[in-house]
Amino acid sequence: MSSAAATLAPVHEAHPTSTGLNNRKMVFWAFLGSECMFFGSLIATYLVYKGRDKVGPHPHEIFNIVFTSFSAFVLLMSSLTMVLALAAVQRNNQKTARLWLAATALLGMTFVGGQCYEFSEFFSHGLKLQTNLFGATFYVLTGFHGTHVTIGVIWLWSLFMMATKGKLGSERALDVEIAGLYWHFVDVVWIAIFTLVYLLQ
Amino acid sequence: MTDHDPSQPAAHAHPGAKEYLAIGLVLVVITAIEVAVFYIPSMKPVLVPVLLSLSAVKFALVAMFYMHLKFDHKLFSWLFVLPMLLAIFVIVALMKLFGVW
Amino acid sequence: MATTAATLHAPAHAEPSGLWSWITTVDHKRIGALYGITAFCFFLIGGFEALLIRIQLIRPDNTFVSPDVYNQLFTMHATTMIFLAVMPLSASFFNFLIPLMIGARDVAFPRLNAFSYWVFLFGAIFINLSFVFGGAPDVGWFGYANLTSKQFSPGHGVDFWAVGLQILGVASLAAAFNFIVTILNLRAPGMRLMRMPVFVWMTLVTSFLIILAFPVITVALIFLLFDRFIGTHFFIPSAGADPLLWQHLFWLFGHPEVYILILPAMGIVSEVLPTFSRKPLFGYPVIVYSGIFIGFMGWGVWSHHMFSVGLGPLADSFFALSTMLIAIPTGVKIFNWLATMWGGRLELKTPMLFAIGFIILFTMGGLSGFMHASPPADLQQTDTYFVVAHIHYVLFGGAIMGIFAGLYYWFPKMTGRMMNDRLGKVHFWLQLVAMNLTFFPMHFVGLLGMPRRVYTYGANLGFNEMNFWSTIGALLLAPAILIFVYNWITSWRSGPPAGNDPWGGATLEWAIPSPPPSYNFGTIPEVHSLDPLWHKDSRELVLASNHVHGHIHMPPNSYWPFLGALGMAMMMSGMVFGWFVGIPGLLLMLLGFYNWAFEPCH
Repeated sequence: MSSAAATLAPVHEAHPTSTGLNNRKMVFWAFLGSECMFFGSLIATYLVYKGRDKVGPHPHEIFNIVFTSFSAFVLLMSSLTMVLALAAVQRNNQKTARLWLAATALLGMTFVGGQCYEFSEFFSHGLKLQTNLFGATFYVLTGFHGTHVTIGVIWLWSLFMMATKGKLGSERALDVEIAGLYWHFVDVVWIAIFTLVYLLQ
Repeated sequence: MTDHDPSQPAAHAHPGAKEYLAIGLVLVVITAIEVAVFYIPSMKPVLVPVLLSLSAVKFALVAMFYMHLKFDHKLFSWLFVLPMLLAIFVIVALMKLFGVW
Repeated sequence: MATTAATLHAPAHAEPSGLWSWITTVDHKRIGALYGITAFCFFLIGGFEALLIRIQLIRPDNTFVSPDVYNQLFTMHATTMIFLAVMPLSASFFNFLIPLMIGARDVAFPRLNAFSYWVFLFGAIFINLSFVFGGAPDVGWFGYANLTSKQFSPGHGVDFWAVGLQILGVASLAAAFNFIVTILNLRAPGMRLMRMPVFVWMTLVTSFLIILAFPVITVALIFLLFDRFIGTHFFIPSAGADPLLWQHLFWLFGHPEVYILILPAMGIVSEVLPTFSRKPLFGYPVIVYSGIFIGFMGWGVWSHHMFSVGLGPLADSFFALSTMLIAIPTGVKIFNWLATMWGGRLELKTPMLFAIGFIILFTMGGLSGFMHASPPADLQQTDTYFVVAHIHYVLFGGAIMGIFAGLYYWFPKMTGRMMNDRLGKVHFWLQLVAMNLTFFPMHFVGLLGMPRRVYTYGANLGFNEMNFWSTIGALLLAPAILIFVYNWITSWRSGPPAGNDPWGGATLEWAIPSPPPSYNFGTIPEVHSLDPLWHKDSRELVLASNHVHGHIHMPPNSYWPFLGALGMAMMMSGMVFGWFVGIPGLLLMLLGFYNWAFEPCH
């Protein structure tokens, strides 16, 4: 109970708001709404252009579903470690929080590493951005997602540094919660991409 | 979205580690089912609806529990869900306009 | 009353002035002024470009400008007017007025607000630099694929256009997020959503449209930039791509964009009409719901810009119906405005004249718009001057007339002085006549088949006379605008003092001095109604609003948003200018953001 109260009314934000909701959390949800349209447009383009290519490689020739399933699993697990980090911060347990933040960031780095590996594999199969529409739409969609993950990883490590310095007490739970919202959003976008791009060929 | 009183956003605490782990387990199981369905030849005719609904469930679980939309103020759900529906509308409309199906 | 309020004020401490105080300011009123002055300068530039276009068209087979320059002129005229004039002029009103109208001391994120302005300024300068770096964009403001491909537009004009729009998009998005939170979270006690002035409502709807529409154009521009810089084939038909994808993505953004342009003007008019009719707005909730409904429906009509590409009967019918449907809430608003005036004690001051002008001209633009909601009619009208007439009736007759109504209405609040009403009326009548002289004949030359975006026309086509009068009208618009500029400058210097509430307005901004102190309200007032200053407790409300009670803490100035914005603009412009601009820009941006994030703001 007290942890939830701390999340909603952190000590350094003194002024009460009309809705009782925190300004930064509200702007972040609006930002995620905006991001829905960003990824929606990228996904729409991928789906509209699917199957129009005259030259390969085509998706079914190069996708490695087992590998990507593993990546999806990694990102899913990083969402779990992220909420555990938040729960730890809310309990004012910076040591545990540090652990989970590091785990989340490492899982994120694993995902990005996996994406680099995947891209280089596809590259060696002759799929470049310029090769065909599949190459262009696929790389731009997953590349922007990967960029989001990378930004999230940097964000997580900076929170980790704060926890290391002992500056991530429960009064900063909102900072972790917002980073978490971003992280989970990136995860749900991958859930959509994994299904729409990889599984539904 | 939820039946709690919107004027009391702090009335519900966020779920704890136990609930988080349980949700995580469900997410893993669904992902495993998705991949399995993908490889089972007899599932071919229903592949699209099954995969779409499974990933929708995953999406909803993460948004509701990990992003706390189930417990937070309704406004946050509106700020996220309406744009998401709009994005889905745009995807479907463009696919229709381009004759994808 | 004004004097009592003024004496209650703590002795005014001198506001800092000088260039540095403007670069570092986070005060929403100063940022509003910066937006307004910058945008007005671009309005003059865009107007100048239009004059050159009209001079070229004054007679058939004219050679005043070359076809190539003509293409650049119409592209930059539209781009400038939409992104560098009307949108930021609206943003100027958002900035100046929203905190005052909802009873707040500033916006929710003051430094983000400063950042928005600086990004806008640098983006605007960047786009216009194209004139000196090898030619401005010349592909039209909707830059249809595949005219924009490297093959057909090998120069840098399109690059400037695409990168410039990306930079401006960042500014619009940052501002829109800020105003959504400001409006939802910073309202004075008692100001429920349905007690917000209509202008605040329209700002909220506009902001939502911006945060949802701009990501779509961002994606489309990313594809275009990839095509041009990396050699992908997003819009290259020979690789199996469909250039229509650009049109769909562009208009998915572009149609909400036209509501982004017009809704703020509708909000302004909804404030001006009640004040000068001495009557509350008729059907306030209906106007609000209509605005929200327009915002929603704006997403379901985009393909009516594309009827001529042959979408098929199903899509044509859908988009024709949804377009006709959207006329209903618009019509509802017009009738509400008329009913507001009906039976009121009309005071025909300059802002009121512009507001009435808005209603008439916007209705005319709406009616011609409704005509091309029907696909068979649209096929006759599309790409002709009929469409040019339509959009100028809604954007010049609508948005710009509404903005002028607002400029005259809030000038006393912004500067503390009254504007010359007689000169204002001269401006109004001259602009009204000149505007109609310019654009009304375009309906007819359009129906006669004169295509838009062609640099000249033959002498035997029957277009000569009407084009001549259009150009005369445009040449008369110039002095009309210059009268306004003259009036603005002289009134700012030596107009009679305005006092708190020269018009007898109903909303909170009129409770405080003109110009408002940096903290706006001495004490945040409590609101009990839609038009608080028209109620019997208004005297107490004014006293309370101006009662300073202890020290008021305002956010400190900061130069990090300025540096972050400069860095971001440099980084993105590096795509055109090269790494030696881009890399320093990136570093500057990171430096700015880092220090911004860790700078104490309390």
